[in-house]
Amino acid sequence: MKVNFYSIKAIYTFEMARTWRTLMQSIASPVISTSLYFVVFGSAIGSRMVEIDGVSYGAFIIPGLIMLSLMTQSISNASFGIYMPTFSGTIYEVLSAPVSYVEIVIGYVGAAATKSTILGILILITARLFVDYEVQYPVLMISFLLLTAITFSLFGFIIGVWADTFEKLQIIPLMIITPLTFLGGSFYSIDMLPPFWQTVTLFNPVVYLISGFRYSFFGTADVHIAVSLGMTGLFLAICLGLVWWIFKTGYRLKS
Amino acid sequence: MTAVISVQGLNKVYGSGFQALKNVDLDIQAGEIFALLGPNGAGKTTLISIICGIVNPSEGTVLADGHDIVKDYRAARSAIGLVPQELSTDAFETVWATVSFSRGLFGKPRNDAHIEKVLKSLSLWDKKDNKIITLSGGMKRRVMIAKALSHEPKILFLDEPTAGVDVELRREMWEMVRQLREQGVTIILTTHYIEEAEEMADRVGIINRGQIILVDDKARLMEKLGRKQLTVQLAEPLSALPGSLNYESLELSDDGYAMVYTYDANQESTGIAELLRKLSDEDIEFKDLHSRQSSLEDIFVDLVNSTASAQSGSAQ
Repeated sequence: MKVNFYSIKAIYTFEMARTWRTLMQSIASPVISTSLYFVVFGSAIGSRMVEIDGVSYGAFIIPGLIMLSLMTQSISNASFGIYMPTFSGTIYEVLSAPVSYVEIVIGYVGAAATKSTILGILILITARLFVDYEVQYPVLMISFLLLTAITFSLFGFIIGVWADTFEKLQIIPLMIITPLTFLGGSFYSIDMLPPFWQTVTLFNPVVYLISGFRYSFFGTADVHIAVSLGMTGLFLAICLGLVWWIFKTGYRLKS
Repeated sequence: MTAVISVQGLNKVYGSGFQALKNVDLDIQAGEIFALLGPNGAGKTTLISIICGIVNPSEGTVLADGHDIVKDYRAARSAIGLVPQELSTDAFETVWATVSFSRGLFGKPRNDAHIEKVLKSLSLWDKKDNKIITLSGGMKRRVMIAKALSHEPKILFLDEPTAGVDVELRREMWEMVRQLREQGVTIILTTHYIEEAEEMADRVGIINRGQIILVDDKARLMEKLGRKQLTVQLAEPLSALPGSLNYESLELSDDGYAMVYTYDANQESTGIAELLRKLSDEDIEFKDLHSRQSSLEDIFVDLVNSTASAQSGSAQ
């Protein structure tokens, strides 16, 4: 099968250009807000907290905070990236171009995932200014970072296609993703919860992401690393399936 | 001549149940300017959108440049440039960036010289670094044309190219379309301005309520359906037509100073000689005579009305 690299490159660079143009809101503001978390939870409150699994509280929250930003930013980048052309009408050009659906998705989702990965790495570097930490399994850490960025960018793409108002664009990140991340063990180990809530938590997919990502830092985790990887892979597969269905049916894109 | 676009048995029923196209067959010849003429909501944009890949057909096949638009969409779409009706642009991009993006999107390697040529031909060169949001409506329209031409298409679709465009830009656009045709580009334009079809097109297709009513050479169409009108300016006003002149194709103007005679220029006998003889028999003196060919507009209104009445007739 022929791959149209020029088309992928055009979409990808177009989307990345939007990132550089809106540098403040796309990169700087998440970095600033995450820094605030480190100041408040890491330094101010963290200094009075006991260590969790032998890790200082300030360091313990780093993987969760990175995941929090990575997920919300992947979703907002990708959903906005595809929502804007459908909103402004410029999507006509992409639909009439000799590009396959796979190429369209690679262009949009690839750019969104790139952006949020850069952001994740920036937060990682910023965190070093506040707390000491080490990454035990760097390759695994980077893999989790990329896998999460891609999965949630795909999820954002789906939301962006589904949304037909700006309000809908905001509602899933706000109503579902943020609560799931906060309850997904960003700021605590799920061992710290009462047994009933521990079980409930296991239905939260974000738990597996944060746990797996934390394992790559400290070698300790709430759930086994293989389960974490498996659950992330499953979510990725569900998102891919949904994107495939969107293009097959032309849902909201083609009548 | 060969057909560069071939539409066969095309139907489109939207999700709402509205049938926008009914069994459309249409061949567009390579190198021609084809005007698709029809009132608002006739199905012009739906037809174009299907050919360009924006709307899925319900039934039927379309070949563009010899390639099936569904099975071989890459080859088909590579040959096509589309300028849609709506001015949808990326407001914060520069002219240069958006036109270059279009070229890449259509799978062509970067070619700054070509982009420069396109921008210059559309008088956009000095605006190339401006953000689109700062441009006027007419300039935005040119940007959209530049985007469509960025990948050197063989076929160019212009959907209502001159809607809301001032007279000067309209003239320029017509000129540009002619130049493109000289370069071998096939142009299909939709319009509800008959003047535009009359000015530009080699062939005209008339579409109404999702059906192609008629396709013909513009010249032949006007000749075939063209009625002429003879206006007789009278020396003295008449209050009514005398009995001998009381026939259907003859009307008296309100002020009584003119008679308008409608006739078919292709008939053996146009009836003009007889009319003039009768005028002299009745001792009606006239100052002046002039005849006028009916415009495409008259033809169009006639056709649309007659199909509308035929349809309402068959429905009863």
